[in-house]
Amino acid sequence: MTLGTWLALVVALVVAAEAVRALRHRGLRSERWRRFFRQRTTSWGLGILTFLVIVALAAPLIAPFDPNKQLDIIHLKNYPPSWTFLLGTDYLSRDLWSRVVYGARVSLGIGALGALMAVSLGTLVGAVAGYYQRWIDAVLMRGVDVGLALPRIFILLMAVALWDGLPFAALVITIGLTSWFGTSRLVRAEVLSLRQRDFVVAAHALGADTRRVIFRHVLPNAAAPIIVSAALGVGNVLLLEASLSFLGIGIKPPGASWGNMIADGASSIYTAPWSTLFPGLAISLVVMSLNAVADGVRDALDPREEPA
Amino acid sequence: MTTPPIPTPGAPPVLLRVRNLKTYFVTEHGKGTARAVDDVSFELYPGETLGIVGESGCGKTVTSLSILRLVPEPPGHVLPGSLIEFEGRNLLALPAPELRAVRGNQIAMIFQEPMTSLNPVFTVGDQIAEAAIIHQHLSRSAARARAIEMLRLVGIPDPDERVDHYPHQLSGGMRQRVMIAMALVCHPKVLIADEPTTALDVTIQAQILELLDRLQSELGMAVLLITHDLGVVAGHADRVVVMYAGRVVETAPTDALFERPTHPYTEGLLAAVPRIDAPRARLHAIPGQVPAATAWPPGCRFHPRCPYAWEKCAAEEPPLLEVGNEPGHTARCWLVSEPERRVLKR
Repeated sequence: MTLGTWLALVVALVVAAEAVRALRHRGLRSERWRRFFRQRTTSWGLGILTFLVIVALAAPLIAPFDPNKQLDIIHLKNYPPSWTFLLGTDYLSRDLWSRVVYGARVSLGIGALGALMAVSLGTLVGAVAGYYQRWIDAVLMRGVDVGLALPRIFILLMAVALWDGLPFAALVITIGLTSWFGTSRLVRAEVLSLRQRDFVVAAHALGADTRRVIFRHVLPNAAAPIIVSAALGVGNVLLLEASLSFLGIGIKPPGASWGNMIADGASSIYTAPWSTLFPGLAISLVVMSLNAVADGVRDALDPREEPA
Repeated sequence: MTTPPIPTPGAPPVLLRVRNLKTYFVTEHGKGTARAVDDVSFELYPGETLGIVGESGCGKTVTSLSILRLVPEPPGHVLPGSLIEFEGRNLLALPAPELRAVRGNQIAMIFQEPMTSLNPVFTVGDQIAEAAIIHQHLSRSAARARAIEMLRLVGIPDPDERVDHYPHQLSGGMRQRVMIAMALVCHPKVLIADEPTTALDVTIQAQILELLDRLQSELGMAVLLITHDLGVVAGHADRVVVMYAGRVVETAPTDALFERPTHPYTEGLLAAVPRIDAPRARLHAIPGQVPAATAWPPGCRFHPRCPYAWEKCAAEEPPLLEVGNEPGHTARCWLVSEPERRVLKR
C-alpha cells in the first residue's frame, strides 16, 4: 500500500460517511425519510454500501497493484496480510486487496443489475398472474413451476455453449432471467389477497384503469416482500456468480470477481485462509448492509409501522 | 332532504334508470347459481335521494356494484337483458374506457367500511386528488389545492395539515368524510352511498348524514342511499325502494311508506324499529331468515315468513301492483288485490 492509496481509501470512507450524514440531516424534514433512518443499522448499511460503490468506481486510485499481475510467483505466493499487501496475496501472488477492490466492480454490478432484473421481472409476472387470474395465471404459474424445476446450472451451461466465455452483459441477463421465479410467486400471493381489498374496488369506482390500479394501489401495498426479496436476491446473485465461477463459467480469469476469488482460494484454504476469507467477508458485508437498507426502505413505505 | 321531485304524468327526466337488472353468481363446487339481484328496476331522478332498504343478503350492495360494473367477474355476472341507463347510455354496454370516464366522474360511490376502503400507504390528499387527476388531468399542485378544498368542504378541521395524513391517523368518522371527499371531487351527478354510516357510531352517523344532505343541496346531485336502517331512510330519502330476496317488493315516497306500508315485509321492518315514544314491549322481529340466494322459495319469496300468506302466495309470485290511488306506490303482494286477507293467522 502506498501513501496515495491510503489517502484515497480514507477519502472514500469520509465521503461515504459524510454523504450518509448529509442525507440523514436533510431527511429529517420529511416524514418518509425520518422513517427510513429510524433504525441505526440503516445508516450503517447505507454508509457501507456507499463506501463500496465509491471504492468500485475509484478502483484505480485505491488499488495499489494491478489486480491481475502475478507479482512474484516464487516469493510472494500466498503471502499473509501485511502493510504492503493489506489482505495478503493469493496462490498466483496477486495482491488480494487490489483484487477485492476491482472485484467490487464486477460483483456489485452483477449483483445489482441481476437482482434488479430478476425482481422487476418477477414482480411484473407475479402482479399480472395474481391480478388477472384464470388462464393467464395458470399459464404463467405453470411456466414458473417449470422454471423452478429446471436446474439453473443447466440453463447457464447452455448459455455458455451459445456464447464462448460469457460476456458481462450476457451473464447479467442469464442470471436475471433465471432468478425471478421465487419473487413472482411471492408477489402473486400478495396480489391475490390485495386485489380483493375494498380500496382496490374503490380505486376502480374512481375510474382508475387496470394499470393504475396494479401499479398505484396494489403493488405499493406489496412493497415489503418485494424489497426484502430484492435484498436477498442480490446476495443470491453474488453467491450464484461465485458458484458459476467455481465451475469456471462465470467471470473469465484472470478478471477478478469476489466469486471467482473464493473459487481460486478454495484450494489453498488451509495454507492461505485469507484468500477466501476476505472476498467472502465482502459478500457478507454487502448482503448484511443491503438487508439493513431494505428494512429502512420497508419502514419508509409503510406508514402504519410505529417506532419500535 | 331536498324537495321531492314532482311525479308529473309527463316524462320526467330520468337520470339513472335500472331496468330488469339480474346479477347472478356462480357458486363454487357447482352448487347452483346465486340469484343475488333478480329482476330489479327503479329510476333515479336528478337531485333526489332514493333509499334502498333491506336486510343483509337481499341484494342491495350487489345492485349498487352492478351499476358501475364493479361486480367481481367471475363469479358474478350481469345477465343480458339487464339495462342500466345513465343519461341515455346503457352503462352495461359501454366500452371500458368510456365506462372509466363515467366512474368517479359522473357517478361516484362511497363504501361501507371507511377503514378498509382507503389505501393505507397513501396520504388522504393523494387519494382525494386521484379522481381529479384521472378525469381532469390536474397538475400535482392543483390537485393538492383541490384536495385541501374538498377536505374543507366535508368539514375536516385543519385541512392544510390533514391533507398529508395517512388513513390510519384519522378516526372512523374522519375517514368516512375523506371517502366522501374522494367521491365528490369531480362533482358527480349521482352518488351511490352504500351503507355510508353502518360502521360508525350513532353520533357520527348523524353528522355524516347531515353532511351528505348539505353537500347534496350544494352540489345538486342525486343520491342512491343504500342502507338497512329505516331511521336513516326516514330522515334523508325522498323515495324508498324496499328489497327482499333479490327483488323489489315495495316502492313508495318515504312518507307514504311509513304511513301506509303495504308489503308485509315492509310492515315487519317498520315494526322492528324501536320507538322512543311507544310503551316498552318486546321488540318485534320478523320470524325466520332470508333464504339462501341459491334457492329462493317458489311463489312469493317472502311467503315462508309472511304472517298473512295463503295458498296463492306459495303458488304464484305477484307482480309489482299499484297501491290504491297513490302515485308511485307499488307493492309486490297479493294483498293489494285481496286486502280482505290481511288477517293475522296466529
